[in-house]
Amino acid sequence: MKQKSMTQTNRIAGGQVDRSTTLKFSFDGKQYAGHDGDTLASALLANGVRLMGRSFKYHRPRGPLTAGSEEPNALVQLRIGARQEPNTRATTAELFDGLTATSQNRLGSLSFDLLAINDRLSNFLTAGFYYKTFMWPKAFWEKVYEPIIRNAAGLGSLSLHDDPDVYEKGFLHCDLLIIGAGPAGLMAALTAGRSGADVILADEDFRMGGRLNAETFAIGDASGADWAAATVAELTSMPNVRLLPRTTVIGAFDHGIYGAVERISDHLATPAPDKPRQILWRIYTQKTVLAAGAIERPIAFENNDRPGIMTASALRTYANRFGVAVDQRNAIFTNNDDGHRTATDLHAKGVKVTVIDTRTDAPKSQDYEVLAGAQVVNTMGRLGLTFAQVRLQGGSERTIECSALGTSGGWNPNVHMTCHQRGRPTWNADLAAFVPNDLPYGMTVAGAAMGDLSTAGALAGGAKAAQTALGLTTPLPTIPDAEDAPVNITPFWYVAGSNRAWVDQQNDVTVKDVKLSHQEGFRSVEHLKRYTTLGMATDQGKTANMGGLAIMAELAGKTIPEVGTTIFRPPYTPVAIGAFAGRHRGQDFHPKRLTPTHNWAAEQGAVFVEVGNWMRAQWFPRAGETTWRESVDREVMATRGSVGVCDVTTLGKVDVQGADAATFLNKIYCNGFAKLPVGKVRYGLMLREDGIAMDDGTAARLAEDHFVVTTTTANALPVYRHMEFVRQCLVPDMDVQLISTTESWAQYAVAGPNARRVLEKIVDQDISNDAFPFMACADITVCGGLRARLFRISFSGELAYEIAVPTAYGDALIRRIMQAGAEFDITPYGTEALGVMRIEKGHAAGNELNGTTSAQNLGMGRMVSTKKDSIGAVLSRREGLNTDDDLRQVGIKPVDPADKTPAGAHLMAADGPVDAAHDQGYVTSACYSPTLGHHIALAFLKDGVNRIGEQMRLVSPLTGVDVAVEICSAHFVDPEGVRLRG
Amino acid sequence: MIINHPLLGPRDSAEFTYMGDARLMDRPDPDAPDAAAAFYDYAYLRDNPAGWHRELWFHEAGDRSWLVVTRNTVTHEISAVELASDVARAQGRT
Repeated sequence: MKQKSMTQTNRIAGGQVDRSTTLKFSFDGKQYAGHDGDTLASALLANGVRLMGRSFKYHRPRGPLTAGSEEPNALVQLRIGARQEPNTRATTAELFDGLTATSQNRLGSLSFDLLAINDRLSNFLTAGFYYKTFMWPKAFWEKVYEPIIRNAAGLGSLSLHDDPDVYEKGFLHCDLLIIGAGPAGLMAALTAGRSGADVILADEDFRMGGRLNAETFAIGDASGADWAAATVAELTSMPNVRLLPRTTVIGAFDHGIYGAVERISDHLATPAPDKPRQILWRIYTQKTVLAAGAIERPIAFENNDRPGIMTASALRTYANRFGVAVDQRNAIFTNNDDGHRTATDLHAKGVKVTVIDTRTDAPKSQDYEVLAGAQVVNTMGRLGLTFAQVRLQGGSERTIECSALGTSGGWNPNVHMTCHQRGRPTWNADLAAFVPNDLPYGMTVAGAAMGDLSTAGALAGGAKAAQTALGLTTPLPTIPDAEDAPVNITPFWYVAGSNRAWVDQQNDVTVKDVKLSHQEGFRSVEHLKRYTTLGMATDQGKTANMGGLAIMAELAGKTIPEVGTTIFRPPYTPVAIGAFAGRHRGQDFHPKRLTPTHNWAAEQGAVFVEVGNWMRAQWFPRAGETTWRESVDREVMATRGSVGVCDVTTLGKVDVQGADAATFLNKIYCNGFAKLPVGKVRYGLMLREDGIAMDDGTAARLAEDHFVVTTTTANALPVYRHMEFVRQCLVPDMDVQLISTTESWAQYAVAGPNARRVLEKIVDQDISNDAFPFMACADITVCGGLRARLFRISFSGELAYEIAVPTAYGDALIRRIMQAGAEFDITPYGTEALGVMRIEKGHAAGNELNGTTSAQNLGMGRMVSTKKDSIGAVLSRREGLNTDDDLRQVGIKPVDPADKTPAGAHLMAADGPVDAAHDQGYVTSACYSPTLGHHIALAFLKDGVNRIGEQMRLVSPLTGVDVAVEICSAHFVDPEGVRLRG
Repeated sequence: MIINHPLLGPRDSAEFTYMGDARLMDRPDPDAPDAAAAFYDYAYLRDNPAGWHRELWFHEAGDRSWLVVTRNTVTHEISAVELASDVARAQGRT
């Protein structure tokens, strides 16, 4: 390859780059200069750099194929350090001063890639080689094949640092969303904007105007680019029009909702302070005009992937918009008149052009040589194109020296977004392309995206689309004069006899692969796609799919529309995961709920645990305690010995009020509530309609028509939802109202033999055992008048109360309780000690109410009232849930007190086989009981009630557990319940 | 998707929780002689049509209404949105 100096030798006159600014950048460590308005690709081409990457599978040298977002080849790593971003398209990356880019997918240097050996091995690496080559020996997959493939495959690499930038999410509403700011989109925006409608105009490019920026034709008296700039200026002045440049609409979702990514700071070295890198917009719109333009497709021929070979329109874009001639000797290979447009433009820029036109009736030119009925049959040049081998109409061959070759196989209307709701495009034979057919809700399509490939057609179509979408009756803006050339194309997809002719350059799929797939019996286009990986790369085959379909149709003897297209799916172009995550990352992944005692607990040095979204104190370590067990054991012993306090605010609370409140509770709980006296609390078990336990809690009757229901922390929301379902859908006329008050009341358990003595100092009323016995509840006041609620309920098995005050007073109350309890050494305890004490008492919790257990399993079968109907009652009585030997909750203790009895282990007969067929039950909850001095557990055991005293084996082959245990009552501590009634 | 709430107007479906077939409102008579069989059907057997479907949505991040939404499961087109309590009353529930 001829070595060029690095001073923008390929820069020519014209274009829309700002030559008064010089931007320095580096690629693979070499320094270059470009201008404001360049992309990385245009700046590299201006500096004579065509080689920008290596291909995915064969590591072939590659340069840009396009000048837009459909680019399959020129993928680079942008930036360094934590902001390093792999697989960035050089053709869309906006140049900025100090930009650093490196090539990727190479072993060694870009010009000498050791993995280029794959190219020599291509006979073995054809379509489906994964499925064929790595089948045996089986053991090789994990140890040998997969690591090698993983190492060799893929494209760029991640920085493995946290992304330092902020990504934002936002919501926009409008009357009309216009996607694409080319001639059709701009004209639609002008029409809609002047009508006063709320308009959003989004375009992925940093310069609005679409193809107008890349063409030489005039609109009215101005150049296309100047008309675009003037139109953008007018739209900018309209308060009802929002312009979103650098914004890619990524998907058309249901009911007029669109996703869009706005790249706020991608064109800057670092985002400005307080600015996000990108914003993911959710746009709600009544109507949409899709004006996404068209994409030129290449023609496949032998070695059509060398750097310097690109679409003809890309050559034209680089010349007209960026002032870059990729080389002074160009060739154009075309099957349609648009290829000649490129030749004309290049010739006008002083570039030597030869046109190879497949059509025998190709238009002639005074300015450049046209080889009619000719085809490019091969190319030369190891790291970039040097010669094209052309077969002339008569069959003789000729070598053309050129370093840039533009191919033009026709234009594909960009139907992508019209298919996101499973719409299928329809074939237009005149264009030899698919055009939109079924459209998503509220969408109209205009311009090249609709198949109107002339500028005049796009301008008129854009105005009409806006008028139709908004139902405008006002006159349309004057449509300026513009070129209106017809499409003149003779379909030609690939050069016969070529094998290593690339159809999909990003995934290295050749004509030969498509043929092989057909030969091996893959007939559906979806199968072709998956077997060859055609169109499955990050570009989604925007330049590849049509070629693959056409070859497949030819082989199958079908027409292209008979073969059909694969399904287009969002996102339109790749989106950084950070944009989808927005601010929901790290600590902010989901919201955190803090209890009223959070600050106080943090002051005590509490260790917190996430329960649902709540942060709960797990235990409160003290100086000298080195393990969590020491803290938890101390908290349990202190509570059982004197008094402890625990924040139980997170338990769900539902206020149930109305004349039918008791009748309603009768419906949702399997046990009865109608006769519960005012001032009393009752335990309640809720079943699902299939008879399985859903949740448990308490209901306190504060008045005839007022109950407070509690739920477990995890089920607060589902239980509330279920209660509303019953209320609204099953008993709509019952006089009952529900409101979730979980966050309205701070609630603390005060437990232990001295609990009453502590609370007597705080509660204004008499709470003696006679005045306020076990299971009493009341509206009370504390601290001389603050309204509060008191419930004498016990999860720990001790004399215990739960006291509630409005949440705002929660912090004050915990401090007052600690103060009042100081003389009794009151001990705060966390969720671990809470758990230990409830296991010691045999109380069921989430581990036992695990979605598979019935009331009978829980030992509460008799609670299911037969005197009334309740949710789940009918099916809880069915045979399968009422067998004699079904699982029952029991207690477990180790025969050797030193053994552990871990949850998840299964129970087996002491002398029987240890296998699934002989499984007798399993442990649900386990802990060390400081009260008893050994481990204990709760378990479900077949026929458990009749096996108390039996010795069994507790096994977990996976974790190496095998201990002898004794079955016992689940009520380990104070089984008669003397303490809690004291 | 956008659900046109009968009381609150168009709301994003993200505000709702989905429960499924609106037949869950047709709870059988627990005292009927065939109650066990009827409840078995009710609890376990659901239609899963490709097409029009009446289904229950709960406006959890909103006014806590249960809604009956008639939605085409293929196109996501929504043809009717009703308050579940109105539907229940129309079916004779009290």
